[in-house]
Amino acid sequence: MYKEGENETKISSGCAIAGVFSEVGEMISGGIITEAMRTMRERSNGLGGGFAGYGIYPQYKDYYAFHVFYSDKESKKACEDYLDEKFEIINLSKIPVRKNPHVTDEPLIWRYFVMPDHNLLRDSQLDEREYVARCVIKINNEIKGAYVFSSGKNMGCFKGVGYPEDIGDYFKLEEYSGYGWTAHGRYPTNTPGWWGGAHPFSLLDLSVVHNGEISSYDANRRFIEMFGYKCTLLTDTEVITYALDFLVRKKGLTMSEAAAVIAAPFWTTIENMSDERRDVCNYLRKEFPSLLMTGPFSILVGWNGGMMALNDRLKLRSMVTARNGSRAYFASEECAIRKMDENSVDFFAPRGGEPIIVTLKGEKSNPPITNLNCFAEGDI
Amino acid sequence: MKTINCEKLDFSKLGELIREEKEVELINCEGQRFIGAGTENKKIIINGVPGNGLASFMSGGEITVRGNVQDQACDTMNDGNVVIYGSAGDATGYAMRGGTIYIEGKAGYRTGIHIKEYGDKKPVIVIGETAGSFLGEYQAGGIIIVLNRKDDKSPVGFFCGTGMHGGKIVIRCAKEPKNLSPKIRIKKANEEDLKEIKRYVFKFCEYFSEDANRLLNSDFYILTPDSENPYKELYVQN
Repeated sequence: MYKEGENETKISSGCAIAGVFSEVGEMISGGIITEAMRTMRERSNGLGGGFAGYGIYPQYKDYYAFHVFYSDKESKKACEDYLDEKFEIINLSKIPVRKNPHVTDEPLIWRYFVMPDHNLLRDSQLDEREYVARCVIKINNEIKGAYVFSSGKNMGCFKGVGYPEDIGDYFKLEEYSGYGWTAHGRYPTNTPGWWGGAHPFSLLDLSVVHNGEISSYDANRRFIEMFGYKCTLLTDTEVITYALDFLVRKKGLTMSEAAAVIAAPFWTTIENMSDERRDVCNYLRKEFPSLLMTGPFSILVGWNGGMMALNDRLKLRSMVTARNGSRAYFASEECAIRKMDENSVDFFAPRGGEPIIVTLKGEKSNPPITNLNCFAEGDI
Repeated sequence: MKTINCEKLDFSKLGELIREEKEVELINCEGQRFIGAGTENKKIIINGVPGNGLASFMSGGEITVRGNVQDQACDTMNDGNVVIYGSAGDATGYAMRGGTIYIEGKAGYRTGIHIKEYGDKKPVIVIGETAGSFLGEYQAGGIIIVLNRKDDKSPVGFFCGTGMHGGKIVIRCAKEPKNLSPKIRIKKANEEDLKEIKRYVFKFCEYFSEDANRLLNSDFYILTPDSENPYKELYVQN
């Protein structure tokens, strides 16, 4: 495992994404999403594939599941010493894998179920999630060769260098089941791929898979690093994860408000909104101008209990959604959705900047300040 | 007509099989790209979902799709006819130079951008429902018709016809579309204007069992470039 560009190199990509979500919490096998990615093979080039599954660790649902890449035994020892100090480790093991001829040069991949050390957490005067997030950022930034690439409760990211269908096979995803899955096939265009640079990018339970390129990456990165985040994986997508974590977890915005920050409506669109919506959108654009993301993107964001699909406001990347009863499907291409469910209906391409959000029924979420959908009837 | 089962077939292999046939029906199509790309005189019927780049650089022939098509269909198409019994993705008919596309449902973003005409080559795109933003951006020729058969209040998105310097966009809607570029002329269509598009509307109604009289007995708006000085401030303030 090596890390590319030990400076501020930006990596852009044109990729494939897909997602499935059951609003009633039905368990869906990870094998389904692996097969969906196979139909979009031409969108990737074998330099990165990854998945995020939600609801996959019900037996450890109260513990943070850390998935960690190690370049060698020294980095593993350093990281485990740190984890031992800061956390109570309930369970640890190698993540089970199946040898695949197309997946090579893999790092050591370990999984830990942990809880913050009770006394240290109390003394830190931090919220539990903030404590965990800070530890993850510290490991990724300071322990050489160790990367925590998944750190949420009852969810997990699986990723590596290879085509997504090979990575899914490598991690035996068909043996996991969850109510929500996202997937990514990577086509890095500026620099070589590496294990840490594959999608999803996650912090706590928030994960992002992304097709596109964030032209505003450095502006966004400079802003977000003022709040304790560290962009250590040197790819543009990482900053989306931190921006959403900042806006939703720290600032208390709803996911749809956060979408109106990163894919803000045009000023001309805002002018034509009703008074209440105009005020909110105006406020969000002025309060968080440095988190406006420009350049092409289509992203799928997962978190415990929900999933969001979002395009950049100019819609420079593809995204299709569909449904079958309580199941929602998302993908870069319709063929991937049909592969997941041949009876899916209501195919729909969301407009640029129009967030499509699905949540588990009965799941508590912040009520929105107002409906921010900038595409209400008569706006155009 | 030969039938090809596309299940698990690689797109390049499928292309080879299609090249051997004059008329072919595809079943279980699952996103294979470039179907009919560069072909000249074939008749292709597609069941399932054709992948991106359907009929790109096609120079003649007829493609019928029983379902939706993905992005970049009919990219730089020269001639021929493509009939889509469903909706189309983004950038449909990009830089098209001739031929016709009939779309039963919606068309995605950037439909018909950069389409152009020369001599008797005149591309026509007929959209049954609505179109996404940037419809006909930098259009240089040809006709784009939005029939808005479900009477949506917003038949086109933002930035319709921006940078347009030739051809026309015809939109069926009760009110003039809002927020158009100041460099576009917009007028309500009269009998004379509708004459040109009638045959395309009739053809559309024939394909998709729609009532031509219902569609034609409504208001249409015609967008054309302001030809006084089409290049003034097109890209930058000058």
